[in-house]
Amino acid sequence: MKSTRTLFDKIWESHIVLQETDSPAILFIDLHLVHEVTSPQAFNGLREKGLSVRSPERTLATMDHSTPTIDLELTSIDESGRQQLQKLETNCKEFGIPLYGLDHPDRGIVHIIGPELGYTQPGLTIVCGDSHTSTHGAFGALAFGIGTSEVEHVLATQSLLQSRPRTMQVDFSGQLPKGVTSKDLILTLIKEIGIGGGVGYVIEYTGEVIRALDMEARMTLCNMTIEAGARAGMVAPDEITFEFLKDKPATPKGDDWVVALSQWQKLVSDPGAKYDKKISLDVSDLAPMVTYGTSPDMGTSIESNIPDPDSEPDPNRRAALKKALEYMDLSPGQPLIGQAIDVVFLGSCTNGRITDLRAAASILKDQIIAPGVQMLVVPGSESVRRKAEEEGLDKIFLAAGAEWRYSGCSMCLAMNGDQLSPGQYALSTSNRNFEGRQGKKGRTLLASPLTAAASAIAGKIADPRPLMS
Amino acid sequence: MKTFQTLKSLIIQLPHNDIDTDQIIPAQYLKVTDKKGLAEGLFASWRYDSSGDMNPDFPLNKPQYQNAEILLTGDNFGCGSSREHAPWALVQWGIRAIISTSFADIFRNNALKNGLLPVVVPVSVHKQLLEIMQDDPFCQVTIDLPAQELSLPDGSIHEFSIDPFNKKCLVEGVDSLGYLLSYQDLVTSFENQHNSKAIMHIDTSKNFIPYENSGVMESSN
Repeated sequence: MKSTRTLFDKIWESHIVLQETDSPAILFIDLHLVHEVTSPQAFNGLREKGLSVRSPERTLATMDHSTPTIDLELTSIDESGRQQLQKLETNCKEFGIPLYGLDHPDRGIVHIIGPELGYTQPGLTIVCGDSHTSTHGAFGALAFGIGTSEVEHVLATQSLLQSRPRTMQVDFSGQLPKGVTSKDLILTLIKEIGIGGGVGYVIEYTGEVIRALDMEARMTLCNMTIEAGARAGMVAPDEITFEFLKDKPATPKGDDWVVALSQWQKLVSDPGAKYDKKISLDVSDLAPMVTYGTSPDMGTSIESNIPDPDSEPDPNRRAALKKALEYMDLSPGQPLIGQAIDVVFLGSCTNGRITDLRAAASILKDQIIAPGVQMLVVPGSESVRRKAEEEGLDKIFLAAGAEWRYSGCSMCLAMNGDQLSPGQYALSTSNRNFEGRQGKKGRTLLASPLTAAASAIAGKIADPRPLMS
Repeated sequence: MKTFQTLKSLIIQLPHNDIDTDQIIPAQYLKVTDKKGLAEGLFASWRYDSSGDMNPDFPLNKPQYQNAEILLTGDNFGCGSSREHAPWALVQWGIRAIISTSFADIFRNNALKNGLLPVVVPVSVHKQLLEIMQDDPFCQVTIDLPAQELSLPDGSIHEFSIDPFNKKCLVEGVDSLGYLLSYQDLVTSFENQHNSKAIMHIDTSKNFIPYENSGVMESSN
């Protein structure tokens, strides 16, 4: 009898080149995504060792972290950022790697363009020198972030040494209430299991809630899986996945599509397949989530008050909460709703897709953002930007008083000059609220695009649900 | 990569949990195309005050610790971004081993590739070491990698685990890339078979854009 296997088991086992005793497996890598920040030292390594890129046709480069968003001029960023972009250009040229450069109409954040161009496909192993590579798992791929040494390994050998991770099933049941998005789902999960709760695991998301999510929402969920410490998040592909991928530039066409589909349909966990750990969550009573601390697990329902560290039994956790609230200059017991904000950042690989912009625009239509609040709308890719303009979303944002930018990582990690000033509060749709993440001494509260839009109008944290028609 | 045998050193204590890689090295220091000068950015937000001067209270800035090679941290050290600049900065500053109750996955992988040893100890041993350091902040511990043993100043010896492959790489000071390169023929035969399984559908001949389409060089003129 054939053993039952999880989706992860199937992809893992079909990519093992060699598994020696006492060594990690050599895992074959189907697709390697490259960006300007974590690759230059890897290319230097190849040069020093006299190595070439083994499979340029499995490698794809884009520029996102250091790129300007105010315009597409290299003069709009600092010298070091400029050098980094130029270095990527020369490295790609020297090693024959296709590059979506600054002016390319399909350039964008690496985790946005992979799926929208159809390179991200079910069953693939996908890596990138970026922790949010977990995003691509939404398509039933095994996708995870790697460091620069590993970028060099993949460039040179199209393979990686990996120890087999454990598997965790996270099953979402119930009915997602109005105004509660996949961003709120993942912030809830991270709050429940903690920022280290997924260490050593690959998470597969299952359940009726997941099946009803569109691909963009599934990507948000898998994207922030790394924020719970897990290597990767995965969702088994289904009709929604196939519909999304159909006719994308890089997906198979004609007879090849039929063959691909028949393979992809097998990429589900077998009934009764064993996971090392299982978590079940009923989502029916969830509310929009907002973080108040300096770690993505320090979040709570928007209707709640900020917790009191003194009521936290674990001493380490108590100390961490105290330190976080001190940094954030927020008080225990204070309601989240009504906390003033200075900046709203709508964008990033977490929430920079067209559906995210549509959600925010649905709240901002015919509204004006509060005086003194700066709102940046940064599409995840140039293609998202174009689509939004076709739909007139840019006009809604501009009329509301927001800034309409070019695509990139922008203020998510503040490498390109888009950053908070010390002490400013930002309501951000991005993924990390770490100290200084969005600018030195800046303070980040993470939430969904809906909550971001409602809060921009109010000038303070606001519940989007009353504004939804 | 330096070989890692036995290390006896003072310990710098940063005992909070969940120290993320944005704290180990903030994004502003990632705008480099080589590995030079990263030690300067190590824990920059905590190490320097708002005017850029050294914060004398931060452990790394204390004169007694300038030669320390071991860091003691809380749970889940190195969570967040995959930036290898974090272990590069730690190693450049002089850290060779980190003792913690757990490490984030990507950080652990990155550390091991740079001769930086993550030593995972049980909560009880972590607590024991913190207590010892409370009485004697300048005590030394010994890490014996070949024996996989951590010796505390109170004479207690604690075994720690590390997978045999990474241990060998560290002890011999070799890069694991050599191992992968030695199996390239196997990777090639795997790939030939793998493609025929029709799981991988990227049409490499048509779908990738040529690099000439990139506009970076033009816009810099």
